[in-house]
Amino acid sequence: MREASRDRLKAFLTLLPSIILIGVFVYGFIGETIWTSMTDWGGSGSLSLTPEKNFVGLANYDELFTGFLGGGFRQDLVNAVYYSVLLLLGAVGLGLFIAILLDRKPKGEDVLRTIFLFPMSLSFIVSGTIWRWLLAPQGGLNVLPTYVGMEPLSYQWLSSTAAILEFNWQNLFQILIYVASFVMILTGLWMLKSNSRRAVELWLIPGIVLGAGAWLFGGLLPEALFMEEMHGFNMATLGIIMATVWQYSGYTMALYLAGFNGISQDLRDAAMLDGASEVGYYRHVAIPMLKPITISAVIILSHISLKMFDLIFAMTGPDNAETGHPALTMYLTTFRANDFAQGAAIAIVLFLIAALFIVPYLVSQYRQRGRH
Amino acid sequence: MKFLGGIMKKALAKVLIVMVAALMLSVPLTAQAKELTGELEIFSWWAGDEGPALQALIDIYKTQNPGVKVINARVTGGSGVNARAVLKTRMLGGEPPESFQVHAGQELIGTWVKSDRMEDLTPLFTEMGWTEVFPEGLIKLIGTDKGIWSVPVTIHRSNVMWYIPANLKKWGVEAPKTWDDFFAIAPKLKAAGVMPLSIAENWTINHLWESVALDSLGADNWDALWSGKLKFDSPEGIEAWALLGKILEYTNSDASSLSWQQATDMVIDGRAAFNVMGDWAAGYMFTTKKMAPGKDFGWIASPGTGGDFMFLADSFGLPKGVKNRDNAIAWLKVLGSKEGSDTFNPIKGSISARTDTDLSKYNDYLKSAAADFGKDRVVGSLAHGVAANETFTGGFSSIMEMFLKSRNAEFAAKACQQLANKAGI
Repeated sequence: MREASRDRLKAFLTLLPSIILIGVFVYGFIGETIWTSMTDWGGSGSLSLTPEKNFVGLANYDELFTGFLGGGFRQDLVNAVYYSVLLLLGAVGLGLFIAILLDRKPKGEDVLRTIFLFPMSLSFIVSGTIWRWLLAPQGGLNVLPTYVGMEPLSYQWLSSTAAILEFNWQNLFQILIYVASFVMILTGLWMLKSNSRRAVELWLIPGIVLGAGAWLFGGLLPEALFMEEMHGFNMATLGIIMATVWQYSGYTMALYLAGFNGISQDLRDAAMLDGASEVGYYRHVAIPMLKPITISAVIILSHISLKMFDLIFAMTGPDNAETGHPALTMYLTTFRANDFAQGAAIAIVLFLIAALFIVPYLVSQYRQRGRH
Repeated sequence: MKFLGGIMKKALAKVLIVMVAALMLSVPLTAQAKELTGELEIFSWWAGDEGPALQALIDIYKTQNPGVKVINARVTGGSGVNARAVLKTRMLGGEPPESFQVHAGQELIGTWVKSDRMEDLTPLFTEMGWTEVFPEGLIKLIGTDKGIWSVPVTIHRSNVMWYIPANLKKWGVEAPKTWDDFFAIAPKLKAAGVMPLSIAENWTINHLWESVALDSLGADNWDALWSGKLKFDSPEGIEAWALLGKILEYTNSDASSLSWQQATDMVIDGRAAFNVMGDWAAGYMFTTKKMAPGKDFGWIASPGTGGDFMFLADSFGLPKGVKNRDNAIAWLKVLGSKEGSDTFNPIKGSISARTDTDLSKYNDYLKSAAADFGKDRVVGSLAHGVAANETFTGGFSSIMEMFLKSRNAEFAAKACQQLANKAGI
């Protein structure tokens, strides 16, 4: 008994420096940023030794989401959501595909693995500059067809002003409810086989009711903005997504490859003996076993995509609404326009969105560990 | 007694040694009062083409003050975007460089003077007689009622339209004096497969806006806009945005992927007819492209702004609390001197702020700019930090992005007014 408490004391003392440092430099500064975001620190005189800061509550957030001048930020936010989703699909899909190909142990597998993983080791500024040149309007990819005697392409990879999937920010609440009901229906369909009663009662029916309700009575919902403001997926972001997928699919490939190698050969032989085809083996045996890897890849990529800064800065520079990202806006608002409070508010919004992804993951990890 | 005598002798010898040592130390100290030592850190965003010009100035400083170690701290990035962010962290960290480059005007005043971080340079201006040699209008724009805050080194003109005379002849058009002239020839150029006006990334469109607004509003209203007497969302203000919208119909759509040099290249290659850019474009064509001013490339004040000189200036200031203040003041003296100014500007491709400049050292374009600077109405540039503080200029870029998407002049003008309220204009 005594031995145990002594051990605990030792452990606590060993951890104490880390606890204090993390407390100050992580949580302390998160708190400081939250506080700053609720003041009016900005404008002229904001860089003096004793800047004037007054508490203004949530005014900065209000400005960002409903204000006249926050339009740029709202577009960036919408952009970041599309960017994250497409990056996840692209990087996880391509990574998985390459991993399956390499898992079949083709000739030169080790060389190919290194080649595919290589982009990971480049800094974003370097790969951003390379891709900027590749996607330049009168160079790179667009002149490739001329080598085989065809007309050059004129697609504007990074400067297109076209947008698809546009929606009016005024209808934000309605759209959020649609998304929620869509997710609920999907979850319901997914659970239908394993637990059909729960799926129908808990997910399918409420999801359909919610969606129908939003469709029928959407007009009753308050409008999120006093004027019409269209936001959508800007086609210029496609170039940035290509570059990011190129850089990160090698990483997801390595994750999956490690997972495939961890599956014992016996299991594979057993599946083959039972008459499973190659496709069947991956679909029903290997990939379901790699669910934890998929989850961690999604978590890591989603928070990387929310923090993406250098790649976009190198590829399209500052002040480019077509490819904007809240992280870029945060930097420009804070350090160029000297608006520290507003910059802090953007930082906190990004922090909360990242938490949306990570906290459920941490909670489920914690529960799993508790069970063992 | 003998023992005591020995001690006395030794003590005397020690005192003598100390006195001699003190004497030896003090002689060079008094002699060095005029000879500067230590370090001088110069913080700027002058790299690339402007690097040699800065080096020429540093060479002058070094011959005058051989004892000073000069640190040339450069943070590259067009228009100083990155340099200004680095500077802010250094100033906030209590480690200011001895002297830093800054756009003269509200960019310096709004950010650093209002924060009480700069030293008043009025005594230096009086001592060196600079109040006589710099134009009065300029001193007003770089100072406040509390003092003068920086030494202007270069003067650039913002409202210039560039073209290639031979190309215009080929297409049978003339350089437009007003935007109506431009609208008259633009469809013809477009039909011939030539882009009437080339533009590039975001800031170059801000740059175009200020030339267009100066024409649309007139110089008096332009000044009234920045002193808060004229509202941005007044009919005149909306008119300026509407005119910009009309002009943008005749510009290239891949603008956001291009640098300003690439937009100038479009004019040089004959893919575009005109380009509105500051007169660093003359430096680019003269120095990098080896083109003769007046013959290979031509220029005109941007439509409707003949007789107005929209200026911007690079200047250096003196932050409070620097380590080697004397070194910094000696540097500012070099910058403001006739020799320094006439060494730096011909290489950089700008004109001197001094009225007694030696024009024989400058090329033909710069001679014409200097002549205009002497007689034209001088107004401050927005895109390059003279007219408004950083809160406004930073937010203006995102309003421009919104305008490029929506093309809604009234909305943009209203957003500008909100921004002006926020920025305290």
